[in-house]
Amino acid sequence: MATQTQPPVGTWRNPLAVIGDKWDGVVNAYNRQPLLVRALLIALVLVLVYALPLLRPPVLTTQNIDFGGVMFRVAAFALVALGLNIVIGYAGLLDLGYVGFYATGAYTTGVLTAQHGSWPFFLALPIAIVVTMITGVILGAPTLRVRGDYLAIVTLGFGEIIRICVKNIEWLGASAGIKDIPHPNTIGPAANPPFDKGGLFEIPRVQWDGLTPSLDYDHATHFLVFGALDAIPYYWLLLTALILVLIGDRLIKASRVGRAWEATREDEDAAELMGVPTFKYKLMAFALGAAIGGLSGAFYASGQGGYISPDSFPLLLSMLFVAAVIVGGSGNRWGAIAGGALVAYLPERFREFADYRLLVFGLALTVLAVWKPDGLLPPRRVRRAKAAEAEIDALELGEDDGGVKA
Amino acid sequence: MIRSTKSLRTLAALAGVAALTLSACGSSDDDGDKKSAGGASELCGKNLAFLGALTGDAGALGQNMVNGIELALKEHNDKNADCKISLKKFDSQGSPDNAPGLATQIVNDDSIFGLVGPGFSGESLATGKTFFEAGLPSISPSATNVTITDQGWTTWHRVIGNDDAQGKADAGYLTGKVGAKKVFVVDDGQDYSKGLAGTVKDALGDALVDSDQISVGDTNMSAVVQAVKSSGADAVFYGGYYTEAGLLAKQLRQGGFKGTFMSGDGSEDPNFVKVAGKEGAEGAVLSAPAGPAPSGFGATGLYATQAYDATNIFLAGIEDGASNGEELNKFIGSYTGDGVSGPIAFDDKGDIKESKIYAYFVKSGELDVANPEVIE
Amino acid sequence: MTVTTYSVHDLFGSFDNFASYTTGGLVYGAIYALIALGYTMVYGVLQLINFAHSEVFMYGTFAVAWTFVFLHGTDSASQSLGEALPILLVALLVAMFVSALVALLLERVAYRPLINKNAPKLIALISAIGASFALAEAMGLRDRFAKWVGLDDNLKDYVSPEKARDVYSNPVTINPHDLFSIGGYTVTDVDLVVIGAAILMMVALDQFVRRTRFGRGIRAVAQDPESAALMGVNSTRVVQVTFLIGGLMAGVAATLYMLKIGSTRQNAGFILGVKAFTAAVMGGIGNLRGALLGGLLLGVMENWGSAVFGSQWKDVVAFVLLVLILLVRPSGLLGEALGKARA
Repeated sequence: MATQTQPPVGTWRNPLAVIGDKWDGVVNAYNRQPLLVRALLIALVLVLVYALPLLRPPVLTTQNIDFGGVMFRVAAFALVALGLNIVIGYAGLLDLGYVGFYATGAYTTGVLTAQHGSWPFFLALPIAIVVTMITGVILGAPTLRVRGDYLAIVTLGFGEIIRICVKNIEWLGASAGIKDIPHPNTIGPAANPPFDKGGLFEIPRVQWDGLTPSLDYDHATHFLVFGALDAIPYYWLLLTALILVLIGDRLIKASRVGRAWEATREDEDAAELMGVPTFKYKLMAFALGAAIGGLSGAFYASGQGGYISPDSFPLLLSMLFVAAVIVGGSGNRWGAIAGGALVAYLPERFREFADYRLLVFGLALTVLAVWKPDGLLPPRRVRRAKAAEAEIDALELGEDDGGVKA
Repeated sequence: MIRSTKSLRTLAALAGVAALTLSACGSSDDDGDKKSAGGASELCGKNLAFLGALTGDAGALGQNMVNGIELALKEHNDKNADCKISLKKFDSQGSPDNAPGLATQIVNDDSIFGLVGPGFSGESLATGKTFFEAGLPSISPSATNVTITDQGWTTWHRVIGNDDAQGKADAGYLTGKVGAKKVFVVDDGQDYSKGLAGTVKDALGDALVDSDQISVGDTNMSAVVQAVKSSGADAVFYGGYYTEAGLLAKQLRQGGFKGTFMSGDGSEDPNFVKVAGKEGAEGAVLSAPAGPAPSGFGATGLYATQAYDATNIFLAGIEDGASNGEELNKFIGSYTGDGVSGPIAFDDKGDIKESKIYAYFVKSGELDVANPEVIE
Repeated sequence: MTVTTYSVHDLFGSFDNFASYTTGGLVYGAIYALIALGYTMVYGVLQLINFAHSEVFMYGTFAVAWTFVFLHGTDSASQSLGEALPILLVALLVAMFVSALVALLLERVAYRPLINKNAPKLIALISAIGASFALAEAMGLRDRFAKWVGLDDNLKDYVSPEKARDVYSNPVTINPHDLFSIGGYTVTDVDLVVIGAAILMMVALDQFVRRTRFGRGIRAVAQDPESAALMGVNSTRVVQVTFLIGGLMAGVAATLYMLKIGSTRQNAGFILGVKAFTAAVMGGIGNLRGALLGGLLLGVMENWGSAVFGSQWKDVVAFVLLVLILLVRPSGLLGEALGKARA
């Protein structure tokens, strides 16, 4: 392979590094600011992100499907990708059956709140997380001893087993699924359909006529009413969970555990020799990833539709999740979030392509993979390694070409 | 910041006033015209929505429904130049995951007064609450799951008999007319299929010899064929869609099964014969809660007639002078009439009161769509 | 400790049933095995999971149906194997050609750029998933493409307008004939041809890899790409040949599948692909004989599972079996890599 290194390699790396470098630039610039400015910046970004479905920015807003609903889906995918990033990106375990955990979380919530109980959502949520985590440990314990590539097919198998079991066990609703899963409790006066919409207060959404904004009071969001009419409160709830998980992810990545994952991923044997109990840490990554998938599933179950069925958890969804993490940049939490958001958002934004949606999506995946093999936002270490590699190549070639280094 | 908000408010207020004035003008015109012209209802110029699969693997079924709806709208618009109604299509790809977002879009679109759909049972269950809470009347041409109308959604209707009625009729046909003593029931594990096959199983009673379940997309039926043969069944009922039904019928015949093959409306499609092959399909009985389309009917395909009828109910409501969702819903609830798919009236749950079940036969290598037999 | 023994009779009803479930499973297993070859070859050489191989197979099934439409017409007919044989042989060649073409295209577009860049393995999986979506969707949109180029009238029989995503059937149904019976169970000519053809192709391929110059090249690259390159093996060419062979075998599998099943659609490859991949892993991915063993075993176990637990648990039986095998033998039943195959 070494003989195939061509002169353009040095220049070729450039487009790949652009996004990542800019991102680094942004992070660095941010880090240089005083604490107060940083806090204000964060607050501003947070407000913008929370208000996104109300602001409905012209180009971004989906035309033929409710934007709030799309943003909910985007946040759900981002959360799933964040969880799967722990498994694939940090610990280096290819999991093709992640949808199984998503389903476990959704079904635990469904069973506790609707099928066999009438628990409130927020009580069922922690149970769903714990149950999914236990599922992760049960599935991980035997399978994680299997070598890397074999793990892919075994996890895929488990994803299918979970789906088939759910489909055939009457106690879980079988193929009919679970209906009428209660929404999270409304905060403030409850709605009384069909006319009284309840809520503490109303927030109008912005309407755009070209680039001129106006306020649309007719389709206002009723603050923290979790009903069937408006997806925005669910989006807020999920976004809050996403932010909490993000903080947790940051803490754990920077800890001993994060370093152990990294060591295991790079060279399992070496890590083991250095005294890292790799199996324990792999299992931990698997269980943590599962728990986050379960969390996302729980939100999905009690979302706007309040209906889950085995058909909502096809094998294909696992592939999409993996694609999200890898396209975004496996190992970088922001990359995973971006990947998750893109995978959920793009097909909805381009609904007008109707029939061609999946074709374009497939092509886009391939083109992205070929164009940016490290993902859109590769982790900093990957970019550094690439940069060093390119530099060495350029230096080697420099003797013949007179400095191609860009 | 503050200034821009203010100007926004002013804008909004202005717009509001303008809208009020406009609508006031409109309604005063209406009051004068209503009785004499026999209808320029406030719903004229607005839209009917369709929610269902238009692309994806079940897209062909949704296209059939849209054909039926568009035919009805075209007939109406040609007759009533002053009251044109258009269709807005929302493509769920048949998935309950896509449907809620689309439903929210529909209920937030003020130009939409009613919905033909949702196409399938899963998406109906996932969106029923949204439509109910928004007070948007809907008529489904094809969602047959029994439990949908048990949810208390008073705006939800369907112009097709539910799986209960069809399953009972099918079981009665097999044990009565065919005289089967041992019936083997197979389904594909989907909600619709399991529901239908379940009713058949219950209604068969002692005549049920055994049952099995395959999965969608499966093509290897050899285990089922063997199970049918060793059970000694003289009839097989399959709950599911035509692709798997065709494969099962074909492999049963090739495996030496001589009895009657029967399936429900999901399999009532000419493609069933293509998949099964002439010999595999010969003698198969396919039931459907819909009669044949009258000759010269301008839309083809399964569910096209139901979609046409559903649309016509909305149009009749407009002609009757219904001016909002509530009035329209009331009109639909008390509607009685004859559609191309049969007589239509709704019970208080939203189910169609009287639904005839027809049996279609495969004769000399073709699905005879013109001469079904009423079996219930 | 008490040992409960079940006789064949307890589980399957009778020996006839048992034999029948087994044969049915073998027929399907043979098709799995031929598709599994594509996964195993590519994995053996590149250590990549060629996720889009299922589409290579799917294009082959359409090639078979289209050959029949072209040579026979659209009027549906039933023929015996003998009557259909001339067209079937042409269809076999066309399917092998089409599948090989798709496989080579895949290698060129989705893999080679990544291999050249020495990209991480996972990204090749994503590239393949994308290509798989695109290929399947392109087949599901063939009616639109025909319309674009203005050939929708000429190609009507091939694209089935408005229903391109619907099931597409071979106009000729090939009816099996009973040949002989073993213990009360009759074996048909179609079943025999499917199993026979699969085993024949396997043996031929095995010999090819073991005995020819190209086979040596493949084994060399599989074992150690860098040394192979130093020894003068053109690794790009070897990778191409690997994809080509996978495609040809998928073409054979497609023909056998259409002979047995008779209809296809744009997503027909997905489930079979997953099964074939499972079979490849079961036998030991990268191992040709393992693919055959894995395929046949998976086919048979699925049918036995259906008989004992009901057909809805078939896939669970298959995957649980896979997990058990991998726990006992972590690199599959025959576990040997392509590169280490004895010459």
